Amino acid sequence: MKARVTVTLKTGILDPQGKAIEGALKSLGVDGVASVRQGKVFDIELAGADKAKAEAALKEAADKLLANTVIENYRVELLG
Amino acid sequence: MRAAVLVFPGINRERDMARALKLISGHEPAMVWHAETALPAGTDLVVVPGGFSYGDYLRCGAIAARAPVMDAVRDYAAKGGLVLGVCNGFQILCESGLLPGVLMRNARLKFICHDVHLRVERSDTPFTRGYNAGQVIRVPVAHGEGNYEADEETIKRLEGEGRVLYRYCSADGVVDEAHNINGAAHSIAGIVNDGGNVLGMMPHPENHVEDIMGCTDGRGLFAGLTAHLEKAA
Repeated sequence: MKARVTVTLKTGILDPQGKAIEGALKSLGVDGVASVRQGKVFDIELAGADKAKAEAALKEAADKLLANTVIENYRVELLG
Repeated sequence: MRAAVLVFPGINRERDMARALKLISGHEPAMVWHAETALPAGTDLVVVPGGFSYGDYLRCGAIAARAPVMDAVRDYAAKGGLVLGVCNGFQILCESGLLPGVLMRNARLKFICHDVHLRVERSDTPFTRGYNAGQVIRVPVAHGEGNYEADEETIKRLEGEGRVLYRYCSADGVVDEAHNINGAAHSIAGIVNDGGNVLGMMPHPENHVEDIMGCTDGRGLFAGLTAHLEKAA
């Protein structure tokens, strides 16, 4: 089973990297960019086929390591 | 002093740290590999040195914070044992939950590598007793992610409980945004946990301990720790 964990900065947390990218996009003349926040994507392959187990494992992975929940939120998706 | 210096893959300041500890305390520290599950018997100071553990992959300090040895450090700290984390060590302590908050990318996105001034906020802790309250010391920094941030309530608690021990400042001790090198909340350079036995700081006091280094302002931290531990022994 394939899954994706997306980690993003919580609202209100300063993101200097996102700001720099935002500035670069503006200087490239890309129209209509209001703001940029940088995050991370983890594509994970799971051995079993049990969806509930997979979701629990991914949540554990995110809580224990993938995200720092002081500053980051995460989203778990099973891609089938 | 029976110090234990933790060693993770990618750490590169452990020898500087060991040298400073030996020089000032007179005792050779034990070097403890990250895969160990126990600290050497009689350890009275754990030091998490600087460097780039696991290449700063994922987040600075994130992977090292989950190493087996950190469980032993957590137990040791819970019993009141002294822990000092410098630079990457500070990041590791935050990631491991031993200290609150997080070290974010420097506000101006640059890796900063030069001497800075720090104001010692109080002298009545094991980590600052070698200094006077309000004293300004000069020590080097070398980091890209040293911008200390925490939620408002945590910052309020740190300030209210006097847990900010070191702050970035000017040569004459003025704390303002101009001298806040990395954009840290309240110019925070070093904090302790609620028990007062775990210190994390971004600057490197171990690199200003010998005349040949051009400055010896970092000695006070190690001399203070040594005095504290000798008194306790």
